[in-house]
Amino acid sequence: MNYFELFNIPVSFDVDLSELPKTYQQLQRLTHPDKFASGSDQDKLVAIQKNAQVNDAYSVLKSPLSRAEYLLSLRGIDLQHEQQTIKDTAFLMQQMEWREELAEIADRTDPLSALESLEDEIKQTIKSDLTKLRHLLESDQATDEKSAADVIRQLKFSYKMLSEIELKEDLLSDL
Amino acid sequence: MAYSEKVIDHYENPRNVGGFDKNDPSIATGMVGAPACGDVMKLQLKIDANGIIEDAKFKTYGCGSAIASSSLVTEWVKGKSIDEATAISNMDIAEELALPPVKIHCSILAEDAIKAAVADYKSRQTK
Repeated sequence: MNYFELFNIPVSFDVDLSELPKTYQQLQRLTHPDKFASGSDQDKLVAIQKNAQVNDAYSVLKSPLSRAEYLLSLRGIDLQHEQQTIKDTAFLMQQMEWREELAEIADRTDPLSALESLEDEIKQTIKSDLTKLRHLLESDQATDEKSAADVIRQLKFSYKMLSEIELKEDLLSDL
Repeated sequence: MAYSEKVIDHYENPRNVGGFDKNDPSIATGMVGAPACGDVMKLQLKIDANGIIEDAKFKTYGCGSAIASSSLVTEWVKGKSIDEATAISNMDIAEELALPPVKIHCSILAEDAIKAAVADYKSRQTK
């Protein structure tokens, strides 16, 4: 049973994010190991495994990046364990510039607002990449799957950048 | 996870951080990124008329192992010919820094950065 089936939803990039947490809580309750406290060791073990699977499924399904990556893995494209590097210079230059800007942001006259506009820029990029990704994943053409994998690879850099921005935000707000 | 002493040394005292003017014809630039962790690495080589690497500088945004790997290769490539430099394999880097299996991709990043810089150098030569 894949994660989509476990949550009883269609195998698709589009997921109803208002329903997902409800289904999660329901499945959590059904599989909670405490429910099997008086059961056999075998029952307890099965509940623990099922419960862990529910948690994994939820964390994969709720975020668009991991959901897209998982969708491709169901189609036989494994991005999670790949070690290959990317060499798209223009893309990497942009990523490098963003990281340089972030590293020097504390020296700006108004670091927090500079940080905010950088964050907006990254979020815009992520948003348009996700739109691209949605279209590519709707197709079952092999070339579109390849392009989807490339968009996912690029998104990983942007999401990493976003989490670095959030760390910096915490740091600057504490000053 | 514990870093090896060599990784910590390179991480705390990275060698050859910075960059050269990328418009200088003797400068070759290699940019690579690892999607697995979102690390970005820029390696620049100053190459003389005989194809010998005179100097190297790097800028890496990533974990300690990625920074150590790039710092190490800037030391290794100096004085080498471009062919000798491209012969450096990620396993040499991983072994020198005692990188654990989950950090092998950092050494791959550094190896590919050398190859990307040399490819940039060669593409400039044919122009």
